Amino acid sequence: MLEARGVGHRHGRNGPWVVREVDLTVAPGEVVGLFGPSGAGKTTLGNILGGYLAPEAGAVFVDGAPLPRRGYLPVQCIHQHPELAVNPRWPLSRTLREAWSPPEALLGALGILPGWLGRYPHELSGGELQRLVVARALGPKTRYLVADEMTVMLDALTQARLWRTVMDHCRERGVGMLVISHDVALLSRVCSRTISL
Amino acid sequence: MLTVTDLSIRFERYDRGLTRTVLTPVHHLDLDIGPGEIVAVIGASGSGKSLLAHAVLGILPDNCRVDGEIRFKGDPLTPARQKALRGREMVLVPQSVGFLNPLKNVGAQVRRAAILGGAAGRDAPGITDAAFARYGLAPAVQALFPFQVSGGMARRVLTATATVGRADLIVADEPTTGLDQEAAQQSMAFLRSLADEGRSVMVISHDLSAVVPVADRVAVFLSGTTVEGAPAGSFNGQPEALRHPYSRDMWRALPGHGFDPGPDRAAGPTWSEGEADGCPYVRRCARADAACADTFPPKRHFGRDFVRCRHA
Amino acid sequence: MRAARTVFPGSPGLAGLRLAEALGLGSRRGRWLWAMGICLAVFAAVPVLAWLLGDAGLEPDLLARNQPPSLGHLFGTDSLGRDMLSRTVHGLVLSLRVGLLAAAASSVLALVLGVASASLGRAADGVVSWLVDIFMTVPHMVLLILISFAVGGGARGVVIAVALTHWPALTRVIRAEVLQLRGALYVQTARRFGQGPLAVAATHMLPHLLPQFLIGLILLFPHAILHEAALSFLGVGLSPHTPAVGILLAESMRHLSTGYWWLGILPGAALLALVKCFDILGYNLDRLLDPKTSQE
Repeated sequence: MLEARGVGHRHGRNGPWVVREVDLTVAPGEVVGLFGPSGAGKTTLGNILGGYLAPEAGAVFVDGAPLPRRGYLPVQCIHQHPELAVNPRWPLSRTLREAWSPPEALLGALGILPGWLGRYPHELSGGELQRLVVARALGPKTRYLVADEMTVMLDALTQARLWRTVMDHCRERGVGMLVISHDVALLSRVCSRTISL
Repeated sequence: MLTVTDLSIRFERYDRGLTRTVLTPVHHLDLDIGPGEIVAVIGASGSGKSLLAHAVLGILPDNCRVDGEIRFKGDPLTPARQKALRGREMVLVPQSVGFLNPLKNVGAQVRRAAILGGAAGRDAPGITDAAFARYGLAPAVQALFPFQVSGGMARRVLTATATVGRADLIVADEPTTGLDQEAAQQSMAFLRSLADEGRSVMVISHDLSAVVPVADRVAVFLSGTTVEGAPAGSFNGQPEALRHPYSRDMWRALPGHGFDPGPDRAAGPTWSEGEADGCPYVRRCARADAACADTFPPKRHFGRDFVRCRHA
Repeated sequence: MRAARTVFPGSPGLAGLRLAEALGLGSRRGRWLWAMGICLAVFAAVPVLAWLLGDAGLEPDLLARNQPPSLGHLFGTDSLGRDMLSRTVHGLVLSLRVGLLAAAASSVLALVLGVASASLGRAADGVVSWLVDIFMTVPHMVLLILISFAVGGGARGVVIAVALTHWPALTRVIRAEVLQLRGALYVQTARRFGQGPLAVAATHMLPHLLPQFLIGLILLFPHAILHEAALSFLGVGLSPHTPAVGILLAESMRHLSTGYWWLGILPGAALLALVKCFDILGYNLDRLLDPKTSQE
């Protein structure tokens, strides 16, 4: 169970609260949507759950224990811009192996061609990079996935294909997902329930 | 207003050592925009759509070569003419505030755009005030620097910058990316109002559902070429109203329609790999045959509409 | 995107063009490499030339005073009959030595301070930024002269002064780079895949920092060399008999009005050429190492 208990965040001691008193749970294998207008703190909340940001108030728990500070984090985030999530000076095979060695079948299902692995990030399109970033995050130690506008930069076909594969994978392995999006149609497609911020 | 015929963009690039590769990110591209029209160029991100905008405005990097013909108001757009008209008769609404000067407040930049667009220096502040009011921006926003404005505000400032002049062609690169639904609709509404004044608007986007309700026509962009030109209304009805298999698959893949990722044939690349190859959609197309793989599909016209598919 | 993996065909026609193509001059990257190679050759040529010329030209020869440039004395002779070419080349060797020492010391200092400032927390950052500000607000020459005197003058004083005054700009660059890298999404993501902080620093951050550091180091050379010359010109430190370009230029000032133009112009031009070579080297290396410009 991934839990946020009374999580709040603000910039500086006296800044306005970006996120305040949020309680949220995602069960293994469950797909929860997070919806809200821009500026509502969706991304901030996603970053807190993924351990990128320490909350000012409250805490995040995975299966009852606080988020671990070292080692492989069981909660993995996928962001909107894949080109920021990969080292521009590394070939993509190295980027992928940093997390784990995804099986051929998964790479195939995500539409990743073997030839891409030898290339550098600037030689691939955003859609191609995002598939690699997704493959990287789906390792066996990942228990929860936070997808923050994961497909907003992608065309409709790539978006549908990517979601199909990720949903299949997560269902099979009992990975819980938090899907952050402003796209109501998308959320109603993939989520079993949706929370509004 | 703007007619693009058989445009191709090539550039050479270095690999390891001194080996050079010639890339052709855009080829066989046709596009035509009439006055008062919004034409949406729809395609996957990173597939070279922005290069088309840059080619029209003449702001491609030096190592590019452009072939084909671009006509603006009936006359060919030469580099000299592009330079003369850029910022005056044709303007770009860029993707983000990253394109603004970070060291000047946004008011000053809109005023400068107004002067570039032909306004007299003393009229510029008045025109700027009017533009800010028109896009619902408080006068105090003029004193803010680009890093201080929020995403939605930035979009309005960028639109204001591009429209204070008397430009007849407005090129908007991904005007809805990063905006929530409401802001995205507003951004498109701004462009609609500009088109309704008789200007031509080219919208470059990967977001079919945000752009199609406002656009007049859609050009479907795949692997560097336009495979179909159709009225925007074709995307509202049944997929059969569209002619190209890629357009139909894209329509069916929308979350609001089937969310159907399509036939999983080889999950092939969206980018084809050689100049002489056949149809760019051949590896993913349900109707592809041997001829599709060998020859580039000819353009077939249906009134103003066209399609590049042998089977349509 | 369509990619044809072909090398551009050579230009037809003129044999000269073919030769240029064969040498790699027809391509941008080839020209950059050539420019860098020529610069390196110039640096290597200076000490070799000094060794070939030997010390003979440094001795006074009263029979050959104030001779204009000729085949025997390419740079002419001075009022004591010393060969100006020998003096200039030996001066440039000194310049290179001072430049090497000072740029190396300054850049190591900048690396340590920059990394510390960006990673050791707020207090360290405050102290380093304060030091940088202090060094940047004091006029450069004043600082050079003060340090040079403070450490006892002489050639040693010049080297120490130049070494201790050239780190602030590079420190700022490295500090900004490290800060940016620490915040980069891919660096933070690496930690979430269980990579330790040291592994992340070594595999993700170092490869970005090294090119910046290398280019900063190379671009420090011209500064260090010119400041060494400036100090010598002002008469701080080196003995007037040392063949240093700054001293040559200072001497030539006295003879400018008498028409002995070669005393100042030729050593000055040689110094300028040497400095320009460092500039070209740094600029081309920068373009080559930056993936954005490298592929153009």
